[in-house]
Amino acid sequence: MAHTLREVEESPTAQAVERVSVGVLASVGRRVSDMLEYTGGLTMLMWETAKTIFRLRIRFAETLNQCYLLGYQSLIIVLLTSLFTGMVFSLESAVQAVQYGFGSFVGGIVSYTVVRELGPMLSAVVVAGRACAAIAAELGSMEVTEQIEALKSLGLAPVRFLVVPRLLALMIMLPLLTIFADVIGVYGGQWIAHAQAHIGTQDFMASARQTVGFEDVVKGLFKALVFAVVIVMIGSYQGLTTKGGAAGVGKSATSAVVTCIILIFILNFVMSYFLYAGA
Amino acid sequence: MAEPIARLDDVSVSFGERVVLKNCSLEVPDGTIMCIIGLSGAGKSTILRLLDGLIKPDSGHVYLHEHDICHMRESQLIEMRTKIGFAFQFAALFDSMTVGENVSLPLREHTTLSEKEIFDIAMHTLDSVGLAHTYHNMPSELSGGMLKRAGFARAVVTNPEIVLYDEPTTGVDPIVTHLLTDTIKRLRKQLNSTAVVISHDLQSIYMMADYVAMLFEGAIIANGTVEDVRKSNNPIVQQFLQGSEVGPIPL
Ligand SMILES: Nc1ncnc2c1ncn2[C@@H]1O[C@H](COP(=O)(O)OP(=O)(O)OP(=O)(O)O)[C@@H](O)[C@H]1O
Ligand SMILES: [Mg+2]
Repeated sequence: MAHTLREVEESPTAQAVERVSVGVLASVGRRVSDMLEYTGGLTMLMWETAKTIFRLRIRFAETLNQCYLLGYQSLIIVLLTSLFTGMVFSLESAVQAVQYGFGSFVGGIVSYTVVRELGPMLSAVVVAGRACAAIAAELGSMEVTEQIEALKSLGLAPVRFLVVPRLLALMIMLPLLTIFADVIGVYGGQWIAHAQAHIGTQDFMASARQTVGFEDVVKGLFKALVFAVVIVMIGSYQGLTTKGGAAGVGKSATSAVVTCIILIFILNFVMSYFLYAGA
Repeated sequence: MAEPIARLDDVSVSFGERVVLKNCSLEVPDGTIMCIIGLSGAGKSTILRLLDGLIKPDSGHVYLHEHDICHMRESQLIEMRTKIGFAFQFAALFDSMTVGENVSLPLREHTTLSEKEIFDIAMHTLDSVGLAHTYHNMPSELSGGMLKRAGFARAVVTNPEIVLYDEPTTGVDPIVTHLLTDTIKRLRKQLNSTAVVISHDLQSIYMMADYVAMLFEGAIIANGTVEDVRKSNNPIVQQFLQGSEVGPIPL
């Protein structure tokens, strides 16, 4: 039986297919426009923040306070994460290395990885979990309770008042935390290498010193600086654009952390690629 | 009427599908107390937000001292807002600061007064709304009505030339209502400032208002002195003022 074109177009299947494809297109379109809006808004916020910093409109007391809240209070978790990561890394590599006769390289392998990759990145991820969520939730709840509007109504810019102190604080504290993470990560690795594979402290450290240069440490700290910007800007942007009461605050905090952690992983790769490409 | 200090000109605002203001115009005469009345959800708070530049209209203009604030940059708006006080409907105190710090914040940020002077002024302002004893409390330790009064104090502490009060007397007892109404009148007289007050409390409106404007379905349907509006022969205004269930206003 032959169908006319019209019949085919009007058949339930064709209509369903059309509905679905229009739905998919619309949702893809919405995704793209959401993403453009997000990127645009974030860029504007970063621009405002940069301008405020360059004009030296900085609230020092609040910056110090944020150093304590965002940085110092993350110290323990950063240390623990780094210690155990250094240890497990050494556990996996040391015994094997000794078996294959590379025992004297373990110090180099562990400290190389910790200083260049694990220290900066894990510290950032751990701090993102704490600080990024805290910033998004705090600014978000201020937004939904009209405190952000109140701030503006008093002639105070939220960027200067809230974002800049947090940004400067974390740009100071995350590199510091990373240094601690580097040290304790290497130390943990050395301890396990000694305990499990009987690699001497002297050997371990000699190998570490030989492999890791000052430049590696500086590049690691540069990464930390970039991650600090990512954490504070994503947290602040999500917070300041929160809508929809307490549920909205929860959503902002969660999506801030998720976005932030994904960006940290991506940027870590990109930076490693460019920073260490020559090496 | 005196020269307008603030003016909405043919303003429309909508949130998504919901049209809140439609070609709404309103003049706030300099040095007067203007009360805005209207149904819940009519868009009264939206008008105050427009006047403070916190939201921008979809179309139309908002003038302050004959400057169109819709085209101002955020930095100019921030500067402009130092001359405008805003007492929010739900107080909006900063919950990470004490009540005293909330009230002294605008002084600390915008003046060069000493700590002692700031403390004295903030304390005095809190005292004028009966809250001197809460100076060192956190906002979470205050009742709803007390928060409202603290928000009131924060809005007027710098003696701004315009103060926008969003339902200052809703949720406070009759004695404090009287106190706040008197304070609004006194500030107007002492500083020759302008006040825009949203209120559902007809008694206090009759006590303080120079002009009353009624907002209904996105536009101002009555505007004039208290007497004018009370004698208005618009059935909507009459039904609203009498609080009657029968009449043209759909429930
Ligand atoms: N940010 C917003 N997003 C979506 N809708 C909004 C927003 N702000 C206000 N509205 C809507 O605009 C309308 C007017 O709100 P507005 O707060 O101005 O009312 P109101 O006259 O102050 O009411 P009330 O007397 O209850 O305080 C309401 O229907 C409200 O749902
Ligand atoms: Mg309102």
